[in-house]
Amino acid sequence: MMIFNPDPSSVRQMPTLAPDWPGGFWWHWLLFTVIIIAFVLLLVMGYIWLERRAMGRMQARLGPNRAGPFGLLQPVADALKVMLKEDIVPVNADKIVHLLAPIIAFAPVLIIFAVVPFANGALLADLNIGIVFVVAISSISTLGVFMAGWGSSNKYSLLGAMRNVASVVSYEIPVVLSIAGVVLITGSLSMNQIVLAQEIPFILLQPLGFLIFFIGGCAEINRSPFDLLEADSEIVAGFHTEYSGMKFAMFYLVEYAEALVISALITTLFLGGWRGPILPPWLWFLVKVMVVFFVMVWTRTTLPRVRIDQLMALAWKFLFPLALLNLFITGIEILAWPTAIAWLIPVNIAVMVILVLLWSKLFKLGWGRVEV
Amino acid sequence: MKFERYGIGIAKGLRVTFKHLFRRPVTVQYPEQKLHMSRRIRGNELIWDKDKCTGCATCAKTCPQGVIQVITSVDAVENKYVVEKFEVDTGYCISCGLCIEACPYEALYMGYAYERAKYRREDVIQTNEQLLPSADRLRSGYMYPEIAAQLPRQTLLLERITEEEE
Repeated sequence: MMIFNPDPSSVRQMPTLAPDWPGGFWWHWLLFTVIIIAFVLLLVMGYIWLERRAMGRMQARLGPNRAGPFGLLQPVADALKVMLKEDIVPVNADKIVHLLAPIIAFAPVLIIFAVVPFANGALLADLNIGIVFVVAISSISTLGVFMAGWGSSNKYSLLGAMRNVASVVSYEIPVVLSIAGVVLITGSLSMNQIVLAQEIPFILLQPLGFLIFFIGGCAEINRSPFDLLEADSEIVAGFHTEYSGMKFAMFYLVEYAEALVISALITTLFLGGWRGPILPPWLWFLVKVMVVFFVMVWTRTTLPRVRIDQLMALAWKFLFPLALLNLFITGIEILAWPTAIAWLIPVNIAVMVILVLLWSKLFKLGWGRVEV
Repeated sequence: MKFERYGIGIAKGLRVTFKHLFRRPVTVQYPEQKLHMSRRIRGNELIWDKDKCTGCATCAKTCPQGVIQVITSVDAVENKYVVEKFEVDTGYCISCGLCIEACPYEALYMGYAYERAKYRREDVIQTNEQLLPSADRLRSGYMYPEIAAQLPRQTLLLERITEEEE
């Protein structure tokens, strides 16, 4: 028996499917659709609030504090304001593409939550290819972004969209490779099975994979320090330059919903998902998601923005080879010591530190003139 | 091997931002909270001491903007000038403080207040009684150290970050 793999009998003891609701499948579908939409919309508002407040305090400011207690209603006020604004469409815009872009960017983000488990078996569809589904669907958002850039008939929008596509395509590879490490350990693609397999969180078994996934994930959703294509303090918004009113709100929503997706994925893949003592599973899930997002805000406040060449170099010269090495090492470990688990944790962390140090030494930009 | 380049620098930066999370914010919630201004502030109004003023109009001559207008009449019995009208168009005043420095009889002061925006253009022109000192028209310590000594110390934002919660 491999200890990385969950024992099939122990899995069977815990029901992987939700209990049968009266009326069967459609009740299950309705309930989880409502839960997912409410979860995404509410947590996006919570994220916007948390980001602005936490970032404010880290910069020795207060952050929004006027609307409601502790400024909690500020996202609501913003949403109201943006809904009442005029919807401007450029004269030369490709009207249909311009209209469809925010919808196509937003829908996949909601769809991804269909396979994210909130508790044991509590998910819309326990697909046996869950994580592949996530990887496949999450790329569709990029299409929406590129449609926005193209449909606006604005060269800056198009440039922003092109850069976005370039960064997403580049960072997809290390992200998927680091997911593959987790899948190797679990032996299953189902998100629920991945959580069930985490007797100890995979962040300890896959520290390098976690690092790559976190950096790659942040880059893929264009969060600071990789937000150079919509750098809010420097340039106009990039691909959504020509958007206003509700359509702009959709893109804003997508931005934070994607951050929510990445933190939910990190929680599920590396932090043990809904598992945890005492508290109910869904609360553990929520707490972990919030902690991951706080780390994202933290890095955003701390790190300066990178240039486009640095962004690409980081993906191809740093994360990609490390992700390959990580996959290789994980494979060897699973083949050679399928039962050993405790002593692999310090070994893996040591391997991560050594690899990162060595690779930083080799990492050069611009014909080796500038060392980063 | 400098470890600053291999992640330690990032860790240090993260520590700094995390420390700031628990510091006191510098934000001043302006209409509710106000800082003490500098004691020698050149606030946006002039304060005129009617009794000390002799109507010599040195202030009007010094003013680079020419906004001070002094009209006097002659009191032949007492053998002196009587100030009929002392008018300042504060809309054009650049708060340079030259009139205060020039006044030979210490009859002009800068104001301590800085919230003197007006809704109408004619309100900006101030004449005779409107220029006198009163409870809400305090005199600034500009050019007059003895007035400055009576005013509260200026609050500095740097002190606000480090000082304890009130």
